[in-house]
Amino acid sequence: MSTNMSNRMINLLVPAIAVILGLLVGAIVMLVSGYDPVAGYIALWQGIFGDSYAIGETIRQITPYILAGLAVAFAFRTGLFNIGVEGQLIVGWFAAVYVGAAFDLPKVIHLPLSILAGAAAGALWAFLPGLLKAKMKIHEVIVTIMMNYIALHVVNALIKTWSGGGDKTERILESASLRSEFLSSLTDYSRLHYGIIVALLMVVVMWFILEKTTTGFELKAVGFNEHASQYAGMKIGKNIILSMVISGAFAGLAGAMEGLGTFGNMYTRGGFTGIGFDGIAVALLGANTPLGVIFGAVLFGSLKYGALNMPNAAQIPEEVVQIVIALVIFFVACGYAIRLFLTKMSKKKGEK
Amino acid sequence: MGFLDILYFMVPVSIAYAAPLIFTALGGVFSERSGVVNIALEGLMVMGAFIGILFNLFFYDTFGSWTPWIALIAAMVVSGVFAILHAVASISFRADQVVSGVAINMLGLAIALFLTKMIFDKGQTDFIKKAIPNFDVPFLSDIPVIGPMFFKGVYGSSILAIAVAIVTWYVIYKTPFGLRLRAVGEHPMAADTMGVNVNKIRYIAVIISGALAGIGGAIYSQTMTRDFGHATINGQGFMALAAMIFGKWHPIGAMGAAIFFGFAQALAVVGPSIPIIKEIPTGYLHALPYVVTILALAGFIGKATGPKANGKPYIKGSR
Repeated sequence: MSTNMSNRMINLLVPAIAVILGLLVGAIVMLVSGYDPVAGYIALWQGIFGDSYAIGETIRQITPYILAGLAVAFAFRTGLFNIGVEGQLIVGWFAAVYVGAAFDLPKVIHLPLSILAGAAAGALWAFLPGLLKAKMKIHEVIVTIMMNYIALHVVNALIKTWSGGGDKTERILESASLRSEFLSSLTDYSRLHYGIIVALLMVVVMWFILEKTTTGFELKAVGFNEHASQYAGMKIGKNIILSMVISGAFAGLAGAMEGLGTFGNMYTRGGFTGIGFDGIAVALLGANTPLGVIFGAVLFGSLKYGALNMPNAAQIPEEVVQIVIALVIFFVACGYAIRLFLTKMSKKKGEK
Repeated sequence: MGFLDILYFMVPVSIAYAAPLIFTALGGVFSERSGVVNIALEGLMVMGAFIGILFNLFFYDTFGSWTPWIALIAAMVVSGVFAILHAVASISFRADQVVSGVAINMLGLAIALFLTKMIFDKGQTDFIKKAIPNFDVPFLSDIPVIGPMFFKGVYGSSILAIAVAIVTWYVIYKTPFGLRLRAVGEHPMAADTMGVNVNKIRYIAVIISGALAGIGGAIYSQTMTRDFGHATINGQGFMALAAMIFGKWHPIGAMGAAIFFGFAQALAVVGPSIPIIKEIPTGYLHALPYVVTILALAGFIGKATGPKANGKPYIKGSR
């Protein structure tokens, strides 16, 4: 019993230690580069919690992080690594904005329809890698990565075509907007929108699918042991595709939140949003559980938004936070070493 | 424009694009043949591209026209050292190698951009004064048809890439080290029983892969973009990874696949001046190399099986 308890403690401690190590190495990086890490982290803190506007914007930033984290986590649970969240997010963003701008419908239909369009686009973008994995055993990692670049270039081209050569789409109609006067005024007119509610709702949806449905059970079983699941009569290919599609739908929703809530349109991009890749960090830190994803998203979303304050307040390039995020993933991946260290520590204590 | 003219136009561009991919894919071959999945190639390439440009900018006055070549060595060393991180995580700490690779990719880009902002105070570096030069090979470029296709405006780096591919083939298939490398990637326990130090071989392989990816990145930045920014490498490392799989983890196969992907990229670049292809809007053309990569993986290779122990950390005594 006592070893069980310490195991659970260790499971919680590993991500915590990874985060602390990440921040620590981040501080060393700043120090070595001739910046003041204390000033840097104070600027980061101020950027996150400085005033009600900052808090509103931080929560806004957390919204897509939750959804991207769910997308990665859901695929992970089925034994799939969806690095394509970034691309699925981009097509979801575009599809949501397109439906939001091109149709004129009452809000009760228009808003859900636009959100669904985003989810559907993301799901579609993930369907192909799932299909290739299921039918031809082509590793999903490479296909999803390639799909990211295709999404980026195709959506850029679509925006150009739609706007007649411009670099941004039309704005969505009010009836498709997630904007909220109430939330906005509550936080000193930040861009906080109703998307956070959608995101939290999806956390429940993921928990429900995984824990309360047969489908979820099958998906997890395939993730645990493909051969045993097949022996038990489950269709491996179908489950792989389904898992990718659900994962892609979460990712598409993340894009829809950006399109319908934060920006209200879409611009051509020179590179990726980064949200999809940070979603990997969110999922790993949250141990691929729905609740864990919330914690991961709060942490990384806050770091990401707060970082924007660092160049102004402390003259430190905001990329240092991206270094910290990458390091946290690295240290979580090295969980074995941290675990080993912790077990040795606790054994020593026990001997005393 | 006739068919031959198109080829005269396309082939040199293809080969130029292929060179960085060849180097990086060979890096992948070393790493994965030893049993370590190396999705970190992208980040290692980013690092190489950045160091190449940085070295070139700072030391042009010292080394003159040799600068780009010495920059390749600098990039090789730094990326080789950077790869140790991936080695430690995947070999000693038994990390999920794909996750560790993703972390290295993010870290490489973040460090390079952080330093770029710190040094240049903007999102990208200055342009280098001296890129890797291209030249006409004497005599050979006068051969009809083949001459203008393969020997006009050749980058020295492309010749180097093909040479290194052959050397890699020799090392992996004809030397004791290569035999050990392959053994460690297929059946580490058997290799261990025969007295091969599994982890040592894997460390060496991952460091070599970092060094080669670093050279690849520095070639790309010093021939194609001539500066460094967030979108410089933009998936080249992943494409090299695909080339490695497409080439079935064989050095020469990887080289061939890399040339094929180079051709796909050249199509996106020179497409607007080729009939039929120029009908496609340029925006979509940019997506073409990636579409071709997926098609290649889906259509031509069927089921690709890598080295047997690929991705599994070796734990002594476990079955």
